[in-house]
Amino acid sequence: MDTVLLLSCTEPDGSLPRAALEALSAARAAGGPVVAGLLGQRTGPAAAQLAAAGVARVLSAEAEALAEPRYGTDAAAATALARASGATVVVAPALSRLARVAAGVAQRLGGRIDTHVTQLSAEGGLQVTRWYYRQRIEARLSRAERPWVLLVDPGAFPAASPGAAVPAQVEQVPVELGPELQRTRVTGLRAPTSGEQTIRPDARLLFVAGAGWTKKQADGQAHPERAGELILGFLRASGASLGTSKSLTDQAGEGQKVLEFMSHLNQVGQTGSTPRHPRGLSTCCHGEEPHVVGWRFIRERRAVNLDPGCGWARGKADVLYVADAFQVVERLSALLSAKS
Amino acid sequence: MAGYQIVVLGSIVPDPLQTLEPVSTPQGPALKNEAMLPHVLDPWAGHALYEAAALAARVPGSKVTLLSLGPKAKLQQVMMAVGQKVPFELSALDGPAGGFTDAHEVAARLAEAVGRLPGLDRSRLLLFGGWESASRGAGATLQMVGERLAIVDQFFGVDALAVQEGGGLQILERVEGGKHQVSVCAGPPAVLGWATGSLPEPKNNPQIGMANMRGVMPALQKAAAAPVGTGGVRFESVAVPKVARETRIVKDMSPEDIARELLAWIGQD
Repeated sequence: MDTVLLLSCTEPDGSLPRAALEALSAARAAGGPVVAGLLGQRTGPAAAQLAAAGVARVLSAEAEALAEPRYGTDAAAATALARASGATVVVAPALSRLARVAAGVAQRLGGRIDTHVTQLSAEGGLQVTRWYYRQRIEARLSRAERPWVLLVDPGAFPAASPGAAVPAQVEQVPVELGPELQRTRVTGLRAPTSGEQTIRPDARLLFVAGAGWTKKQADGQAHPERAGELILGFLRASGASLGTSKSLTDQAGEGQKVLEFMSHLNQVGQTGSTPRHPRGLSTCCHGEEPHVVGWRFIRERRAVNLDPGCGWARGKADVLYVADAFQVVERLSALLSAKS
Repeated sequence: MAGYQIVVLGSIVPDPLQTLEPVSTPQGPALKNEAMLPHVLDPWAGHALYEAAALAARVPGSKVTLLSLGPKAKLQQVMMAVGQKVPFELSALDGPAGGFTDAHEVAARLAEAVGRLPGLDRSRLLLFGGWESASRGAGATLQMVGERLAIVDQFFGVDALAVQEGGGLQILERVEGGKHQVSVCAGPPAVLGWATGSLPEPKNNPQIGMANMRGVMPALQKAAAAPVGTGGVRFESVAVPKVARETRIVKDMSPEDIARELLAWIGQD
């Protein structure tokens, strides 16, 4: 039986990211005893959360140098935690901080790694499910090599529920974090230049805007300014997260007058993200990528566009409304505003 | 500063518009008619290559090397197109480029090849690549190559790189919530796994193509064999999901009624 390490970083206030509680559920599905390893400037609150969730043994790498998410120090701390745990399987949430170091840690441990894990099962030996070719092909696999590092996609597992609070048994793991590991300084976070937050991972709805928003409309003219107002108005009224197609973000990169708040960060599909939201609404979108790859993990899907034969909406969306998205979104925003 | 040695790791993937179907082979899973599928340079590796060329153009004395592991014949086809875009020197390894090969084995071959590059100077080395590929999509290979080369400054999901006075590198990496983490690295060596960056795909330039092709063909001719496999992975099942939804097509509803229906749908728990 494998010994499983749940590896996580902590938030700046020392608490546990939600994705770590999801990874805890994944770690438990691996079947073996679960040990937790935490790295960060403060780990006490996260250790208490894990203890409350039933984790009996918590290892901690706590240091001032771990306040900054950077490869050198994080990889050293994660490797030390994995070695101290003696784990044969390491499960970590695919947060940007841990995704940055997980493969390097596997290399240092002499192990192997699989990422974007969406299912994990211990029946008949540990097996994981992940996607290949940008969510087009799904594979279930097992591995002979150990240690085996698994990076679990956020949203793929239910978050473990914290039980009654109990004191955490925390073992400090010493880590050498010399100046050679601190050649990189983190100077801060930068929000999108538009000043408007349009990517909301926790939103109930993903709103996908396709290139049709910037094309000529019924009057023979393009109305990108109006399109921008309508899309931003809907996002404000609904709290949805904004996704877009590659063609629309490429137009922005090529200097065409398009939707200025769009960036590659909003892109879903082949070279974009594959976000997880309960519902998705695509508008003016006719491409394969948003509907097949970008929507892979969207449960309920509806589309508004003017082409009833749209080959990518048909068979991919639950409902296709053949209508002018400018009119529909304007009225929908008005209804949402009136309701709030 | 003598400029950077920018090594871009990038392989080839099936054209995203192709339908992909897995098949079993004695070497493990593969794609049906894989050798016949049209291929392109991996999209994220492409972004890395264009950013590398832009950086080399800004910093005199810099050089871009594209190191690519793939079937020699396919590499030649793809390089005919990619070679028109930006100046680079090709270094090729002849081996499978499929997504089911093990990242660990691929990283070992690539690290060896980087280490063998003539005149490699770690103090000027920037190792570029896509933060993931469109085939395996693991985001693991570049990190492991960096580890094998003992590079402890690594960045992933990079969208921007700026050289500061004094030689520091300011790097923007994608983090949660659509934000960028801003870091300053003291300088090379460093690994940068690019997301999309900010540059559009360069237009074809026949002069660049002519210059590149003088080096591409000899590089392909002397490409060393790099057999990579699936390591200790046992694939229990490999399949394309067959889920096709029954789409309700709504043609004759007014925008007002559609909006009301969508409002009710959005509001459901």
